[in-house]
Amino acid sequence: MHSKTLFALGLCLACSTFPVAAQVGGGTLAARGTAFNPKISLILLGTYADFSSELEPEIPGALLGPETELRPGGFSLAETELVIESNVDDTYHGWATVALENEGGETVAAVEEAYFNTLALPAGLAVKAGRFLSELGYQNRIHAHAWEFVDRPLVYRALLANNLKDDGVQLRWVAPTDLFVELGAEALRGQAFPGGGEKRDGVNGAVGFVHLGGDVGVGGSWRLGLSHLQADADGRETGEEGAPEVFAFTGDSALSVVDFVYKWAQDGNPAKRNLVLHAEYFHRDEDGTVDFDDGAGGTASSGYDGTQDGFYVQGIYQFVPRWRTGLRYDRLKADNTLDTPDPVFDTLADDDAATRWSAMVDFSNSEFSRLRAQYNRDESRPGGEADDQFFVQYIMSLGSHPAHQF
Amino acid sequence: MRKIHLLLGLLFLTALPPASASLRVFACEPDWAALARELGGEDVEVYSAITAYQDVHKMQARPSLIAKYRQADLAVCTGAELEIAWLGALAEKANNPKLLPGRPGYFEASRFVRMLEIPASVDRSLGDLHPYGNPHVQTSPHNILPVARALAERMAALDPGRAAAYHDRLGQFERRWTAALEKWDARARPLKGVRVVSHHKTWVYLYDWLGIDEVARLEPKPGIPPSGAHLQEVLETIRRTPARLVVYSAYEDARASEWLAERARIPVVQLPLSVGGAPGADDLFGLYEVTLDRLLQAAGA
Repeated sequence: MHSKTLFALGLCLACSTFPVAAQVGGGTLAARGTAFNPKISLILLGTYADFSSELEPEIPGALLGPETELRPGGFSLAETELVIESNVDDTYHGWATVALENEGGETVAAVEEAYFNTLALPAGLAVKAGRFLSELGYQNRIHAHAWEFVDRPLVYRALLANNLKDDGVQLRWVAPTDLFVELGAEALRGQAFPGGGEKRDGVNGAVGFVHLGGDVGVGGSWRLGLSHLQADADGRETGEEGAPEVFAFTGDSALSVVDFVYKWAQDGNPAKRNLVLHAEYFHRDEDGTVDFDDGAGGTASSGYDGTQDGFYVQGIYQFVPRWRTGLRYDRLKADNTLDTPDPVFDTLADDDAATRWSAMVDFSNSEFSRLRAQYNRDESRPGGEADDQFFVQYIMSLGSHPAHQF
Repeated sequence: MRKIHLLLGLLFLTALPPASASLRVFACEPDWAALARELGGEDVEVYSAITAYQDVHKMQARPSLIAKYRQADLAVCTGAELEIAWLGALAEKANNPKLLPGRPGYFEASRFVRMLEIPASVDRSLGDLHPYGNPHVQTSPHNILPVARALAERMAALDPGRAAAYHDRLGQFERRWTAALEKWDARARPLKGVRVVSHHKTWVYLYDWLGIDEVARLEPKPGIPPSGAHLQEVLETIRRTPARLVVYSAYEDARASEWLAERARIPVVQLPLSVGGAPGADDLFGLYEVTLDRLLQAAGA
């Protein structure tokens, strides 16, 4: 019911833009330069997946957040994303992403993002408010349809439950210098993993970030980012919603990220051949207590003080127009101390390294479509048993032209 | 007391932009950068987002561009959705309200040109079509003057202290350009009716000016790279309707054009497309000189 309403809403908005398009066809001058005006797009995303291991996809040393399970085996639809963005007026711009996804055989609509941002503040300042993807790290704000691989890096899955998106306010400043310098801060509700829990009032999560960037000659460009998240958790639950076994964490979670991106193309012209390198390093520090409840009366509790360090490096190379290939290496290792050891906390106390190699090739017929095949050699489960994972994925964008973010 | 006056005076001075500060122009394409230099002389500081060797459709809002966009007083772009993939992203990141669409700091050249190839309908199965018409307006020198007049007006409005200088330079540019147009029009006569094959839908304004007839394109649809099967079709087409030349631009892969030219036994010609795209095409005058030189030479006319 909910999703139907949203679809209808989307269609109505789409209708309202058609008269503009008709005018344009007639070539009226007034209709020109409207590229910044209402844009609507629908992203179709689906995969075929195959896994050689049937073990629970847990990660040693980590309490996984919600929706961190692997893609289902076989054919499956990932989120269908409806994006509507537009200038509200001469001062504000608005953006909403509604994801329709399958949860336990039922289609649910989730408001992934819904925010407005300012257009006209002076002195290089901008404010964003609502629900948005945080500027923490590099990949955090990148939508699923723009990922370079079928799945997120391990550090994102384990330490951020895929990505940090929360309700709050962001202030961002760009310096008036030729070297790109951007500073920003976010005050958040603190609902998103690794925060979360019941008592949410005031500001329970905060992010600060610094970005630097520039060019190297004509062909190269880079960005370096430093960011930090501070979040309070108050009975933050772990794993799937409604699962009988629950780990709840109460305490502080602090995450620091260093990210680096380098892009290169001959003459700076990415159309023929281009190379993109990413690397991000995550360091998370958690301090508090973990409470376990098996849903049948069995409980355990322990003080928990731990750090998790992880990184990924990946390279994507477009070797001929439309064809790209990529390689990625992931690693994550924890050093956690539980002052009341109990067998139920074994995974959390496990200090084995989780690793994964991924290789992919994709083909983009146009900017609006992409087909991808990927292989993972995944050794990220406790015990380190290898899982051979195969994926085939399609990403189709209907509607407005995707923006070329760096 | 005098000290206070001096202090107040200093404060007042620092609050105002210094009188000698030049107008900072962010040009999306090198052609508008060149035009801004013609009209602005030493009163402007011009930065071009792309070079003639880069595909304007494929650019990204990279950090160095955000830094330049943040500092600009005037953005001079083609518009008509040519920069749709990256200009919006750039504006969103750069936090520069002076360059918002609708404000004097945002200038779209295509608004001052009679657009060609405005599609009756737009469907993605037809390729990446621009609904406002073909945006490669700089390929005809006849489109430059109307843009120059509007741009000089805009610069004068943004920098009223030097309005007279902008108008003077416009006057000089108009005289030089009108003389050059007469010369180019005369030189170009032998190109009328010449049939060509081109790589992308780039040259509609050039062909319209010169009376050149485009019989086929190497891209099956705009933005979709040439495929082997489509090149075979083009070869068949030009066996029935012979073409004299294959035309591609500085940023495009030469291989498809060369493949076809070799089989059809016709010359292939690389055109600069934008200022800086060939030796000698260092300004707008050079751009059309080189374009004509190369076309005339390749056509043996």
